[in-house]
Amino acid sequence: MTEEALLRISQRWARRLLILAPAALFILLTACSDPQTTIEPASDMTEAIQGVYEIVFWLSMFVFIAIMLLTLWLAVHYREQPGREAIQIHGHQRLEILWTIIPVAIVLIMLVPTWQVIADTTDTPPEDSMVITATGKQWWFEFTYEGLGLPDDEGNPTDLVTANELHLQAGKPVHVLLRADDVIHSFWIPQLAGKVDMVPGHENDLWFTPFEDSVREEAYLGQCVEFCGASHANMRFRVFVHDEEGFNAWLENERSDAVEPTSELGKLGATLFVVRCAECHTVRGTAASIADFGPDLTHVGSRTTIAAGILDNNISNLVDWISNPAEIKPGINPENDVIDKERPLRFMRAFEDEISAEDIQAIAQYLTELK
Amino acid sequence: MATAAGTIAAPTTESVVWSWITTVDHKRIGALYGVTAFIFFLIGGIEALLIRTQLAVPNGNVINAELFNQLFTMHALTMIFLAIMPLGAAFFNYMVPLMIGARDVAFPRLNALSYWIFLFGGLVLVSSFIFGGAPDTGWFAYQPISSSQFSGSGMDFYVIGLMILGISSLAAALNFAVTIINLRAPGMTMMRLPVFIWMTFIVMFLLILALPVLTVALIQMLFDRQFTTSFFLPEGGGDPILWQHLFWVFGHPEVYILILPAMGVVSEVLPTFSRKPLFGYAAIVFAGIAIGFLGWAVWSHHMFTTGLGAVQQAVFSASTMAIGIPTGIKVFNWLATMWGGSIRFTTAMYFAVAFVALFTIGGISGVMHASPPVDQQQQDTYFIVAHIHYVLVGGALFGVFSGLYYWWPKMTGRLLNETLGKWNFWLMFIGMNLAFFPMHFLGVSGMPRRIYTYDSGLGWDFWNLVATVGAFILALGVLFFIINVFKTWQQEPDAGDNPWDAPTLEWATTSPPPEHDFDVIPEVHSREPVWYMRDHNLTTPEPEPGTHIHLPPPSYYPIIIAFGVLLLGLGPLSHLALTALGVPVIIYGIWGWTLEPTE
Amino acid sequence: MAAAEHQVEHHTTTGIDSRKLLMWIFLGSECLFFGSLIATYLIFKGEIDLPPFPSETHVETAYLEEALASGEITEVHKHLCHESDEAGISVCEGIFDIPLTSQSTFVLLMSSVAMVLAVYGAQHNRPMMMKSWLLATMLLGLIFLGYQVYEFRTFGQEGLTLETSQFGASFFVLTGFHGTHVAVGVLILGSLLLASFRRRGLGSEPGFQVETAGLYWHFVDIVWIVIFTVLYLIPA
Repeated sequence: MTEEALLRISQRWARRLLILAPAALFILLTACSDPQTTIEPASDMTEAIQGVYEIVFWLSMFVFIAIMLLTLWLAVHYREQPGREAIQIHGHQRLEILWTIIPVAIVLIMLVPTWQVIADTTDTPPEDSMVITATGKQWWFEFTYEGLGLPDDEGNPTDLVTANELHLQAGKPVHVLLRADDVIHSFWIPQLAGKVDMVPGHENDLWFTPFEDSVREEAYLGQCVEFCGASHANMRFRVFVHDEEGFNAWLENERSDAVEPTSELGKLGATLFVVRCAECHTVRGTAASIADFGPDLTHVGSRTTIAAGILDNNISNLVDWISNPAEIKPGINPENDVIDKERPLRFMRAFEDEISAEDIQAIAQYLTELK
Repeated sequence: MATAAGTIAAPTTESVVWSWITTVDHKRIGALYGVTAFIFFLIGGIEALLIRTQLAVPNGNVINAELFNQLFTMHALTMIFLAIMPLGAAFFNYMVPLMIGARDVAFPRLNALSYWIFLFGGLVLVSSFIFGGAPDTGWFAYQPISSSQFSGSGMDFYVIGLMILGISSLAAALNFAVTIINLRAPGMTMMRLPVFIWMTFIVMFLLILALPVLTVALIQMLFDRQFTTSFFLPEGGGDPILWQHLFWVFGHPEVYILILPAMGVVSEVLPTFSRKPLFGYAAIVFAGIAIGFLGWAVWSHHMFTTGLGAVQQAVFSASTMAIGIPTGIKVFNWLATMWGGSIRFTTAMYFAVAFVALFTIGGISGVMHASPPVDQQQQDTYFIVAHIHYVLVGGALFGVFSGLYYWWPKMTGRLLNETLGKWNFWLMFIGMNLAFFPMHFLGVSGMPRRIYTYDSGLGWDFWNLVATVGAFILALGVLFFIINVFKTWQQEPDAGDNPWDAPTLEWATTSPPPEHDFDVIPEVHSREPVWYMRDHNLTTPEPEPGTHIHLPPPSYYPIIIAFGVLLLGLGPLSHLALTALGVPVIIYGIWGWTLEPTE
Repeated sequence: MAAAEHQVEHHTTTGIDSRKLLMWIFLGSECLFFGSLIATYLIFKGEIDLPPFPSETHVETAYLEEALASGEITEVHKHLCHESDEAGISVCEGIFDIPLTSQSTFVLLMSSVAMVLAVYGAQHNRPMMMKSWLLATMLLGLIFLGYQVYEFRTFGQEGLTLETSQFGASFFVLTGFHGTHVAVGVLILGSLLLASFRRRGLGSEPGFQVETAGLYWHFVDIVWIVIFTVLYLIPA
């Protein structure tokens, strides 16, 4: 193929690309409909971020298109042709000053709103915030609502502990304290909260207010975004935004002690749970309420997913999970713990080797009844 | 000449293998760097293809989570430390003495030592796959996940491998910094240096100043893992964020260490094929220096989400965006170099023009997440993956390929085939854009990086498949380069001294250059010495009859010392007896080295 | 090692010998090396809240008791502290023995003086002067290392080890690497001294070789002055 032919082809493609550019832009915008989208804010925090993003995005688009067209034009227009002589110049002072000023201007336009949002998001959280401690662990999230548990015998407020599903109230500010138990994790709900890392030994936090119109059935998706080991991909969580009535209904149920199982199988499961699972898990209001190590399972039946947002919450998934969790979440093999003998077991065992399939079925039945 | 007691006589044998092992010729060492790095580059590419295969469809099960984590870690380590850095080293080894008009580097044996230590360090790193698993916590090895409590022996290979590679890079950097300062031909003032030499010079100082910081971080990590300290472990009172600061103080200059040589190559290729001098030489040089300085003031932008305070966020966002200014100046000057030219579109020029475009895309997306609020949505998503690959593939790698096509005739005397070259280019160009442009969309759709699996229904399926197809097309493009090399290798070396009518000094000698580079060290009168000679009808002066050109003799000691360093490093990985063995080997090597006659 | 490399040509663009230039640039790299280690020490310095402390510190007695009970510190550490006049406050002695370290610092400073004299001897073709002052420099370096070994041992006995605290870890790693540099310097000087006894001595340019080694030696000395000031003299 000759060079001229190649150039003709590239010119033709250049024209096609020009037509395709708006199409690409359209595709980018359709990212809005994706469940974990970063550009459809549903809280004051993400909207502030979006404000900066849009400025930065359009400026970038402008520079991108300008430079691409310029490159293409120069390449095509100044290609070798009979009779063309290259102009022997070494520079041009005024031009060079001009294209020093252009990037300076663009940078300044981006910096001003950036600094504004930094100032806003590192200020102090609203005083009437609901305070939640989110703790990242390999590989799940624990959420502790400060003071929202049932008062203890002396009437002092207690904290309400739950896992992997966060329930919020639209219009109510929430102040999230970020902690980590083992390695660094990161807390991110793309539509509600830009990510902030959970660093062991550090006390990070963030705050946001879900919009009044952000109430919806469907969950907002959250995910750990700092690499945290074998099952980093399997560390997700869900966020439900309710109106005031819905939130109170959820809170009323969540703070109460566990319900008694009704089915025969469930009752058997409850007995087995105390023997087999209470070492790590708590179900409030039962004998299994001392451990604070694994996720709190008091109302696990009311959650939509298990295993940190990776499986639907149903009996068959629960059975699979209890039987051999490492099959579902690589890395949670308790053998990985032998390095550190001083700490309690971090990871769940595979119970298929220890108890019968019927018993696992019973425990799973019990868990689904813990609404 | 008599040999000192106990030392080995300088090699005299004609055996091909031994002549390469004992060589101190910068051109041969450059070739060794190039071939070795290219093999590592293929390994890193295979790692990338495995990663993309796993991610082609949701819930993929081609490889498991543990292997995936090793692969993405090793892909980064291999490409950064074993492919792109040493490919840059291959060019500056081969080209620096030729372009500044010197017979060799300032310290030829030290140069050989750098190469052998690099080879051994690379082998240590890659061998971890066989010995109990490769590093698997990312090339950034954040703490405490990289502590002995949370990770296996792979991270020991990481620490030792990077330390060995650090020694190699430091030795090379010192050597070339001195060479560029001290061995320039008469008339080759600093402001007449080719831009490639300038960029190399800046990279040398970045290495000299950044590597010790990494070394300290690695030493502290080694103490945390092997001994009982807790520099980075929160349980013992340490601070995981300290690691991040130390790592990125090294890690951000490292980014410029990777990209500046490519910028240098492009600054040679664009003027040659536009048939006019580089536009705004001084501006490009000073922009490079500015990038070198600013590169030290931006490291915390890798840490915007770790809970930095408002002031730090504000300062580091400003300094990071400020880097866009000298970078912008460079891009405009490159484009202005094409303006008014009569552009010959060889494969080298295709890669160079593509470099300008693709690197600009990577630069623009980089400025986007220089804004901390925006970074809160983009950090650790595929948007960042897209960004770094536009900079390192579209930037650094396309620069390397441009350099390969440009200097191949100088290095081998043979021109690479242009038709295969165009196939090579277009496949790589299309593949690279198909693989990495959709990653912007994935990032905006909220796909985190470093995940080995994802669910369908998140809007990520289509673009992941496209990215995987793109990765394979990119690999096919690289295959065309290999075919091109093998095909043209059988031809007669008939490229001529200066097939491109290029302006810089390396084209003033034969292709390939003689062992002593220049018969007579040329006198330099302009920034484009070869064009100056052409325009003033000057010819290369003949050597005076009877002049003897002294060349350093080959030596066994570089590889002996490098082997000692290898033993030293293998100790902590296996048995400390090896370290004990390494010490006398190194001392013996230094002893022989010092006493060896070099006249 | 690299400094002893012979060049292809002795003529250089700047007129500075390439080996000396290499040493200067290498020392620039070393600045960042020690800079990072000192920075690590300074970062952790403010966070020490239990004995052993670098310098005299007041702590709440109750806090000490609590740490003792929980095993965070042992009786060995507690011995450094005693009740003060103020109720509930203990005074903990600093672990640094400044008079002793001043002595070792003085020894290292003197070694630099000896080094200067050795360089003078080498440059002015006075081999005996060069040899004796090289030997003196080495000996002073070795005495400094002796002080350091003694200091490390004493600290160990007083309960400061690598794992005691971040203070221990960053102190030992920093001063340990400095000590290693001194030891390497002693080895370099020793090889020069040995080589100078050969028939052809240090070859055609003894002044140059001793001078380059001297650059390294003075650098290591200066680093110690910085360490001594930052660690020992500036109170917490």
